[in-house]
Parts: sequence; structure tokens; C-alpha cells
Amino acid sequence: MVPLSYYLLLSGFLFGCGVVGFLIKRNIITIFMSIELMLNGVNLSFVAFAAHWHALAGQVFVFFVMVVAAAEAAVGLAIIIAVYRTRETLNVDQMNLLKL
Amino acid sequence: MHLILFLAFGAVCVGGAVNLLAQRHPINSALSLIAVMAALAGEYLLLGAEFVAAVQVIVYAGAIMVLFVFVIMLLNAGEEEETKASRVALLLGVPGMLTGGVLMAWVVLRHSGTEAVAIGALPGHPTDIAQLLFHDFLLPFEVTSVLILIAIMGAVVLASKPESQAGRPD
Amino acid sequence: MNPMLNLWLIPVLPLAGAAINGFLGRKSSRPAVTTVALFFSGAAFAMALWVAMQFSSLSLPYHEYVAHWIRSGSFSVDFAFYLDQLSLVMLLVVTGVGFLIHIYAVGYMWDDPSYYRFFSYLNLFMFFMLTLVLANNYLMMFIGWEGVGLASYLLIGFWFTKDSAASAGKKAFIVNRIGDFGFLIALFLLIKHFGSLNFEQVFQQISPISPETAGAGLLTAIGILLMVGACGKSAQIPLYIWLPDAMEGPTPVSALIHAATMVTAGVYMVARSHVIFERAPTALTVVAIIGTLTAFFAATIGIAQTDIKKVLAYSTVSQLGYMFMACGVGAFSAGIFHLMTHAFFKGLLFLAAGSVIHAVGGEQDMRKMGGLRSYVPWTFLTMGIATLAIAGVPPLAGFWSKDEILWKAYQVSKVYWGIGVITAFITSFYMFRLLYMTFFGDYHGAQVDAHGHGSHGGDAHGHGEPHESPAVMLAPLLILAALSLVGGLVGWGNHFEHFLAPVLGAGEAVEGASRGTELLLMGVSVAVALLGWWLAYVLYYARPELPQKIADALGGFYQTVVHKYYVDEIYAALFVKPLIDGSTRILWQEVDRKIIDAAVNDAGEGARHVSDEARHMQSGNLRSYAGWIAAGSAVVIAFMIWMGVR
Repeated sequence: MVPLSYYLLLSGFLFGCGVVGFLIKRNIITIFMSIELMLNGVNLSFVAFAAHWHALAGQVFVFFVMVVAAAEAAVGLAIIIAVYRTRETLNVDQMNLLKL
Repeated sequence: MHLILFLAFGAVCVGGAVNLLAQRHPINSALSLIAVMAALAGEYLLLGAEFVAAVQVIVYAGAIMVLFVFVIMLLNAGEEEETKASRVALLLGVPGMLTGGVLMAWVVLRHSGTEAVAIGALPGHPTDIAQLLFHDFLLPFEVTSVLILIAIMGAVVLASKPESQAGRPD
Repeated sequence: MNPMLNLWLIPVLPLAGAAINGFLGRKSSRPAVTTVALFFSGAAFAMALWVAMQFSSLSLPYHEYVAHWIRSGSFSVDFAFYLDQLSLVMLLVVTGVGFLIHIYAVGYMWDDPSYYRFFSYLNLFMFFMLTLVLANNYLMMFIGWEGVGLASYLLIGFWFTKDSAASAGKKAFIVNRIGDFGFLIALFLLIKHFGSLNFEQVFQQISPISPETAGAGLLTAIGILLMVGACGKSAQIPLYIWLPDAMEGPTPVSALIHAATMVTAGVYMVARSHVIFERAPTALTVVAIIGTLTAFFAATIGIAQTDIKKVLAYSTVSQLGYMFMACGVGAFSAGIFHLMTHAFFKGLLFLAAGSVIHAVGGEQDMRKMGGLRSYVPWTFLTMGIATLAIAGVPPLAGFWSKDEILWKAYQVSKVYWGIGVITAFITSFYMFRLLYMTFFGDYHGAQVDAHGHGSHGGDAHGHGEPHESPAVMLAPLLILAALSLVGGLVGWGNHFEHFLAPVLGAGEAVEGASRGTELLLMGVSVAVALLGWWLAYVLYYARPELPQKIADALGGFYQTVVHKYYVDEIYAALFVKPLIDGSTRILWQEVDRKIIDAAVNDAGEGARHVSDEARHMQSGNLRSYAGWIAAGSAVVIAFMIWMGVR
């Protein structure tokens, strides 16, 4: 019998690591992976609550989150490839053409 | 028993997450992320969500992460260089986040009640999930399939080599 | 019941003339403009005569309601006309003298390039003046009051390209406005305490009130405030300063507006409000004092003026003072009587002066005239008659009215009478001085050369020698001269007073006023008039070198009088300069520039600064975007937690 809060703490920790990685890392692919980490943390939270409240809808929602994550990863990586073709770099600090 | 298994899988998750941050080469980060996902699948099984765990391994670890690894190898990503700013962030940020994290954890543990989750608390049989999916959540299901279609088309268009367009440097 | 007289036509006809000439006159020929102008003003006069003929068969007062105007709770004001003996007198004077002056102006203004505009304005003035006279409530009267001020401004500044004319017009309007402020406050008091501005309703409510003897009170306040308005419009102390400057306008304007009609509006208003004044002795005293002082003061200034029109202007101010003196001693009908005769002889004086100016090609300085008797005999004749009238020589009109005033003043206070007599002496003196300087002696003027321009821009044609005016200008002179001769006879046997009695109340019979005293005083008036004549004869005909010697002997005092006691300069220093300085230094530089402009500019600057700072958010750097997203989402999550915990 594991207290719910343990699951939530773990979930929160994973999410936090994802955020930190998103902010710190300079390689754009690593930033993407941090995003995936965030999503995973959230998935854990969903499943934990689904178990706690006996609501299967929580697990169904995890299913949807994964679908969205997949789609987003596909498109995002395609964008990265396209950007890499012009910028020749994966350093996110050099992708600054949007500045005023 | 439940607790030990939880802690074991949890340790792998934590370790993988921290390693993702610590590593400089993206391929190492990718591999640690795979480890995190695998451990998470274990966590899901502990909670009884067998379908979700399977999907996690197949889709997340097996497809998405493979895609990541493909791209890393395709683009020949190298190590991140270490700059002065990142050293400072490391020296200041890590202790800071650690303190913050510990603080929050302590608060949460203090104030949580005795809700506990049993092992295999909510068995997520595929049949039950399918029932929900195709009855109550039919519309989101269909919409997400459209979403995937769009993503496929987008990815193909974005990543394709451009036709020789006038004035576009290659 | 009274038949419908269609009184509304009387003001509206000149308005139509003004509109037609105003809009269509520029492209029309002079005869066309003349026809329109004379037709509509003549039609108004004809209607006034017709109304006068109906007068005996009417039950007075006659009301004519045209349209309702203001309905605000229990307060209502209508466009409605009112006819009684007093307004009939005013009506005939205004339309009659007005029509004559229109005829005169045809000749006087013939060569002016803005001929049509002049008649448009003149007709417009008639409209407003008639509205004023025929109104049945104070508010409509105020419309006419303001409107004649506007017409006066337009006509004084008729030659607006000339700086002095434009300034004079402005001065007239502004000073009038100061008086109007007092008038307005009186109206507000009337509305507040009597709930109406309709003459009948107000006077009905006021009649039962006994005279305020305590010296202060509502009616006194209203009376004094109305008098303030009259001071502005009728050029009394302290607001008379605009009238001499108004001589910048063409002479027909001076004759009509600043002698016969507009300036008398104040007297009419005071007479109309006699119900109020009779119950406020303090206000009456104020009126009398102002009138007497003004009469004397203006007369002294008139002695030393050399411009023929300025002499007449101060004379007008002085005679208006007489009218207010009459009202102030309770002799309202005497004041109106003098108003009527003054319209005749002062109108005639101005028109004749215009004829003189026309004759000498625009020159207005009397020192450059002289000996014109042989050149312009008809003008001399008519002007002589007018001079006799104003000096108060019997049996001309001025004698009857002025004597009436002095008689009534004697019954109230010998001080008023004394000052009035002295002023009569001075009046006679300066009028005959004008006559001798202009028409007798040798002609000092320059030969009026062909195409010579007079110094005052009015007349621009010269024919070599001073010449008589054309018939179109002489005819009104003759008619007015006839009126000056016989117009006073309506005062014989107190006929005029009895005629106006239903409106103004019968004059109080004062004890101890015997026929003998009256005749004695009459004799004194005549003697004084003749004395003035004799003195003028001596100084300006027999021994013309004397005036200069006297002037030198009096030195500084004489200079002060010549400069009109420096009143304009005093006002400029006391009021005008501080206002302009205050406006420049405080309102413009401080309030406008530093507060208002600064607020607007700073708002713009502020917006720019804020966006300058905010711009840094859009750095193009992905990681800073990521940072902002993280920060923002942290805030949102914190807020949601806080809401959940609450």
C-alpha cells in the first residue's frame, strides 16, 4: 500500500526535471526530450489518480496524451530537421530570427 | 512489497531524469529517457494499468524514442559546449532547486492524509478501456486520429528535401 | 377680443430683407439691393403705422402668441408679442427713424464695395431691435438685446480691414457682454423667485409687494443688476467706453444704433421694469445717480473733442444719462419722452454730420472744417434745427422733454436738478461750438481733390469743393428736422404722460409743486441754453483766438479732459492688462502647456517607454521565451492552487 502522495511526488519530480531541462539545455533535441519527460510525469499522475478514484477515464486520458505526444514529436522533429538544414546548428541560441 | 517495487522503479525514474539533465551528449540523454519510460511502465503495472503500460512501452519507448534517436544520429548532434553561464546556473541552480524540491515534498507529505493505493488498484483491462474509448470518448478518439493524420502530412512536408526553388541556398 | 394684428410680421420682414440681401446680395446690382432693403424696412414701418391706426380700437395690452419655446417643469417661456402704449411708442420710433436712416444710407454708402452687406446687417439690426421692443417676456427681450449687440459689432466693424474699426467692434461687444452678465443674473433671480419671465406674470406677482425700505432685498438686487445691463447697452458709467470708439462705424450706423435705437434699449428696459424699480428705492437712487453723473461727465468730455462724431457720441452718452436720471426719479414717461425726441434730433445730428463728412470728402476733424454754411446750406439748416433742439430752446422738441426731466428731478432732489441744469448749459455750449466750428468762419479744410480719400475711409470721392449731399440723403434730414421742430408738442399739457399712464403709472403729484415754480424752472432752462449759445458764439465766432488761450491756461487739466480723463487707459491697466498677463502666464504657459499638453505628451511618451521595456520580451531567443512561458505557467498554477485551497 503506497500512499498516493508518493506517486504524486514522483510525478512532480519528473515534471520538474522536464521543466529544468527545457530551460537549461541548449541542444534543441534535448529540449524536446525534456518536453517528453514532462508529459510522462503527467501521465503518471493521471494513472495514480485513476487508481485512487477508481475512474478508468484517467487511463483513457493517458492514451490520448500519448497520441498527442507522438504527433507533436513527429512534427517537432521534422521542424528541427528543416531548421537544421538552414542554420546548420542545433544550438537553440542561434535560432533567433524571430527577434525584433 | 508494493512499496519496495515502487521505490525501485521510482529510483530508476529519478536517476534517468537527473541523468538526462546531466549528460552533455543528446544520445546519452535519449537513452536515459528510455530508461525512465521503461521504469514508468513498471509503475503503471503496479497501479494495475496493464494496457497503458503496454502502450507506453510500444509507443513511447518503442516509437517516439526511436524517432528521437534516428534524428540525433541523422543530424549528427554533438556535445553541448559548456559556457560560463551554464556553470553558474549549475552551481546556483542545483542547490536551489534541491532546497525547493525538498521543501515542497515535505509540505506535501505533511499534509496528505492516509490515502493509499493498493497494488493493482484499478485493473485496466483492454476490454474495459476499449468500452470507454469507443463509447464515451468516441469523439476525442476520432479527432485524435485526424490529428495523427495531420501530423503525418506535416512531418512529411516539413522534412522533405525542398525542390530546387529559385534563390534558395542549399 | 382683439383682432389678430400679425405683429410677428414687423420683426420678420426686416429679417427676410437681411436674409435676401445677405445671401443673394453679393451678385445683385445696387438698385436690387436697395429695393430689397428699403422695401422690407419700409414695410415694417408701414405695418407699425397701421397698427398705430388700429390702436384706439384695441383692448390693451395686446398679446400675440406665436409658438411655445421652453417648457421646463413649471417654468415656461414662449415666443409671443406684446403691445401696449410703451411698446407702440418704441415701435414707431424704431421703425420710423430706422426707415429714414435706411433711405439716407442708400446715398451715403452708395460707393462702398460691400453695399449689400451693409443693408443686410442693418435689416438684421432692425429685426433684433423690434424683437426686443415687442417681446412679452424678458427672455425674448434678451434675444433682441444680444442680437442688437451682435448687429452693433458687425456694423461698427463694417470696415473690418481697418484695425481700429475691428478693435472698436470687439470692444463694443465685450463691454456689452459685461453688462449682459448683470442682466442675466437678474433674469435668474426672477426665475428663481417668481417662476416666470413673462412681463405680466412677473409684474402681477411683484405688485403686491411693498417697497423695500431697508435698502437691500431681492427687488433691489434685481433692479441694480438690470441697471448693470442697461449701463452696458446704453453706455452709462462705468461701461460707456465703447460708444465713442463705435464712431468707427459708418455714420448711418452711428445715427441708428448709437443714437436712436440700440442705446435706448436700456432705457426701455428700465421703463418696462418700472414695477420692480418703484418697489426698490435704493435701486432707483442708483439709477438716478449713475444717470446724472454720466450726463455731467460725458458733457465735460464733449467740450474738448475735435472729431465731429466723437462730440456727438459723448453727447449721446450724456443725453442717455438724462433719460436714466428721469427714470431714477420715477419719471419714467419723461425718460421715454426724451428718448423719442432724442431719437429725432440726435439721429438728425448724426445724419447731418454724415452729410458734412461726405461734403468734405471724409474729413472728420472740425478744426479742418469751417465756413461750410455756404457750401452745404440744407445740411446747415437741418443741423441748426437739431442743435437748437438738443440745446433745449423752445418750442423745439428737446426743450419739452429735457424740461420735463428737470422739473421731475427738481421735485425729488435739487441736487439732481442742479447738475442737470449745469449739464444743459454745457450741452448747449458744446453743440453750438460744433455748429460754429463747422459752419462758420473760414474753410480750413484741404481742397478736396479728385479721388481724394478722407482720413476715415468712408468717402472716397472728391469734387474739388465741399458739395451738398444728394437728395436721397437730404430728404431724411428734412423729415427729421420737421420732427425735431414739432415732435415735442405731444408733451404739451402732459398729453404724452397721460398716453403712457396705463403702462407707466400716472406721475405722482408732488405737494408744493406749483405752476409758478414750474414756469420759473422753465425759464432757468431756457436761460441756461441761451447762455451756452452765447458763450460758444464768443469763443468760436467772435473771438476765435480765445479757446487756445484758455486751453493753455488750464494746461494739464485741459489735457486730461481732451484725453477723456484717461478712463480707457485706467481700464486697460486695471483690467485688461492683468487679464492678458494672467492668461498668458498662468493659463497658457502653466496650465495649457505644462499641464494639459504635458499630460497628453507624457501619455504618449509613457506608452512609448512601456513598450520599449516590453519589447525586450520579444528577443527572438527561444530560451527566453521558454523562460517566460515557465514563469507564466507557474503564476497560473499558483493561482489555481490558491483558488483551490480557498
